[in-house]
Amino acid sequence: MQYIQPLWPAYPEIFLLAMACVILIADLFISDEKRSITYALTQLTLAGAALITWFTASGEPVHTFSGMFVGDLMSDVLKLVTYFGVISILVYARDYITLRGMFRGEFFALTLFATLGLMVMISANHLLTLYLGLELLSLSLYAMVALQRESAQATEAAMKYFVLGALASGMLLYGMSMIYGATGSLEITRIAAVIADDGAKNVVLVFGLVFLAAGIGFKLGAAPFHMWLPDVYHGAPTAVTLFIGTVPKLAAFAFVIRLLVQALGVEEIQAHWQQMLAVMAVLSLIIGNVTAIAQTNLKRMLAYSTISHMGFLLIGIIAGGLNGYASGMFYVVVYVLMSLGAFGMILLLSRDGFEAENINDFKGLNQRSPWYAFLMLLLMFSMAGVPPTVGFYAKLAVLQAIVEAGHVWLAVIAVIFSLIGAFYYLRIVKLMYFDDAEDTTPITPRADAQVLLSINGLAVLAFGIFPQPLIALCASSILASL
Amino acid sequence: MYALPLLSLAIWIPIFFGVVVLATGSDRNANAARWIALIGATLGFLITIPIYTGFSTTLGGFQYVQKVEWIDALNVNYHLGIDGISLLLLLLNSFTTVLVVIAGWEIIQKKVAQYMASFLILSGLMNGVFCALDALLFYVFFEATLIPMFIIIGIWGGPRRVYASLKFFLYTLFGSLLSLVALIYLFFASGGSFSLLDFYDTPLTMAAQTFIFFAFFMAFAVKVPMWPVHTWLPDAHVEAPTGGSVVLAAIMLKLGGYGFLRLSLPIVPDASHALAGFMIFLSLVAVVYIGLVALVQTDMKKLIAYSSISHMGFVTLGLFIFNAQGMEGAVIQMISHGFISAAMFLCVGVLYDRMHTREIGDYGGVVNTMPVFAAFFMLFAMANAGLPGTSGFVGEFTVILGAMQANFWYAFLAATTLIFGAAYTLWMYKRVVFGAVANSHVAELKDINLREFVVLGTLAVVVMVMGIWPQPFAELIHTSVSDILSHVAHSKMPGQ
Repeated sequence: MQYIQPLWPAYPEIFLLAMACVILIADLFISDEKRSITYALTQLTLAGAALITWFTASGEPVHTFSGMFVGDLMSDVLKLVTYFGVISILVYARDYITLRGMFRGEFFALTLFATLGLMVMISANHLLTLYLGLELLSLSLYAMVALQRESAQATEAAMKYFVLGALASGMLLYGMSMIYGATGSLEITRIAAVIADDGAKNVVLVFGLVFLAAGIGFKLGAAPFHMWLPDVYHGAPTAVTLFIGTVPKLAAFAFVIRLLVQALGVEEIQAHWQQMLAVMAVLSLIIGNVTAIAQTNLKRMLAYSTISHMGFLLIGIIAGGLNGYASGMFYVVVYVLMSLGAFGMILLLSRDGFEAENINDFKGLNQRSPWYAFLMLLLMFSMAGVPPTVGFYAKLAVLQAIVEAGHVWLAVIAVIFSLIGAFYYLRIVKLMYFDDAEDTTPITPRADAQVLLSINGLAVLAFGIFPQPLIALCASSILASL
Repeated sequence: MYALPLLSLAIWIPIFFGVVVLATGSDRNANAARWIALIGATLGFLITIPIYTGFSTTLGGFQYVQKVEWIDALNVNYHLGIDGISLLLLLLNSFTTVLVVIAGWEIIQKKVAQYMASFLILSGLMNGVFCALDALLFYVFFEATLIPMFIIIGIWGGPRRVYASLKFFLYTLFGSLLSLVALIYLFFASGGSFSLLDFYDTPLTMAAQTFIFFAFFMAFAVKVPMWPVHTWLPDAHVEAPTGGSVVLAAIMLKLGGYGFLRLSLPIVPDASHALAGFMIFLSLVAVVYIGLVALVQTDMKKLIAYSSISHMGFVTLGLFIFNAQGMEGAVIQMISHGFISAAMFLCVGVLYDRMHTREIGDYGGVVNTMPVFAAFFMLFAMANAGLPGTSGFVGEFTVILGAMQANFWYAFLAATTLIFGAAYTLWMYKRVVFGAVANSHVAELKDINLREFVVLGTLAVVVMVMGIWPQPFAELIHTSVSDILSHVAHSKMPGQ
């Protein structure tokens, strides 16, 4: 082992941490009118981190901090998508948070710390690092949900999120401690090596795995650990929902890969967690898709839609092998792209004192603005998995992987429930195109939000017509990282 | 080999113009939208003419093949090529699009740009289905056609349009999603390829073939539609605007028949043989039972919708009796039904635009006020009933001939359509057109204008020509049909 290890794989995290502290302090000296300086600094920080990640990107996995931290192609790609996601979130949310008195330094600092948590999770090569990143993310999110102090709904959501989140963290820690007991190490590469040497007959290991699976299920929002998700999505301010519903899924994916695949990927153990995930996947597909039909609140509907998407993601992971994990990664990236756009659209339609969160608020959008209606149409068809949008290829890749793994029945279940899912996405399209508008207030978003949202929506179509680059990128990052 | 990628042009020209039309935006520029749409549709049709003239009827296999790598990671290629059957459908589609654009010229007054664009994009996508030689490309085009049709029915449709559009979408999506699983299965069975040509040579066990057959069946039977999964069609037809009904009946239903031809029969020949009895049974139920259902309809569009199902029963019957006459008859029937049903729906559209009702009971004595229209309507009604000398006769007669070789009773039952078809069509015609002028609204009717005359006249010529001189059509598909039949004749079970 090298005694002096390179620090450069962690440069983006270090930069982001330093800048978050700088912004926290600098914001104290900035008056309310000049708050956009904080905003600009935050955006620049994210862009800077993106540049650093871009230039420190490595094809081969590089370990640092005594093997607690890893930089590999998968982490670089996921981080870049994260930066893009967070930058978009801030752009979409700017009007919304300004009008609701959340355009304050705390919001930006918490966003940056949450992003840092995501990055640490993505690059963790040690169970403690993983846990550290997860808690940094979770604690920032709890606070962000409760940021609207006077809103009882938001406070309730934050409380619920905190209590259940703490429970899940407890389960994860318990599971990790058992892994430690069975293998004598917390370092992911070492765990894998020990299991490979000693065999995987250890009961403690499997016992710990159960707790890990439950914790993962909670963090992903997969059924039957999904109860918090609709309430938190619904109760949180939409700008925060936008955050919770999108980028953390990237880190959760990395979490699953690091923990289940890299540490516990030996065949005997894989068979155990595959079974558990299969139950979670099927339940998520059923509960997510069926319950979403009954929702009239768009945020709740998208929450259930998230649950069903996580079911699909889990199917990719169950399929296993390079293709399976690559399809999972592709799915999660596509999911983030789609939900950024969908939640962004809710923010776009919201005004001062008005939350466009009921699905009826989308009525007649085609009359009010054909362009946004068209973008939302693309996003909804993509979520439903109808070609030629990218959502179709995401589902295709997962289905292909699972059929290759020999579980045709899972593919059939996934297909049947995505048909049921198509109904509620279609309902949005129906409201936008077939119904008359009740609300004719003109939609006047900021120019940057308009441009970004258009790019976001069109990307769903563009990647649908030319999916090759994105699929290949995911495949090569999984190949380089496993 | 070929200087221009003609097939790609046939697909992308309409889509490109559709996007341009969409960009004209609000109804202030409605006229620009109409003219651009007409130019796009006409160009789309013109581009199919060199495809037709350059097509060799003696060569087997696929022509105008174009293959470009598309998604390496999944080994999917942008692989196009046509045989005679695709060519005919390509011509039918591009031709119908022009008519639909003209037919919607004055009728559609709200969201003109979106209306025209939907039809153009739909037309391009359907051309894509007919040209695709890669299963995934086929699937992408096949599914993508749902989006514009959903919009067309939902925005410009009748009072129950929302119900109809959702039913249409979910029904067809359900069918095609299962076929996606089958395609993925085939991808692995054929050793990692989505090419239809590779699928043709992939040996498959009977169990696998049966699974694939039913998965495809779900997709294509819903589309055709076959009894008992036909119930979306009357709803969709009744609620859709005239143009939507025309495209739906003339071309979208053919996607199902084409799917059986291009995918089911050659890929799973043994299962097709084993399940032919089942398919023939369903087809005959469609022909006879749905024919009777059509008889009691009081809504003209619904009557024509049921008559479409009955006529499409002939197509599936012809495909699954596995002889050259049956299959050629089926293809001719698809084309002829495309023209006739388009014409019938346009006729109803002409009446509906003036009276705003489709109930047969609200009409009577139309001939007194609209003689020219009545003449056209007469011709198309006769063609729908399968009168010799019209295209309707050629297809049905050939299928009955083929069925006769297979089994006398198939032919006997199929032939009852000549009675039922004549009964429901002519009875409707009599009630609507003949008799004394029924009410003051009918008395005020004006005969068709030049635009309507052009549309109906063109269709009349085609229906007559195809009826009197079907030879060129039959020649086009002759080689392709024997290609498919030779695929179907060879067992693909491993070890044989």
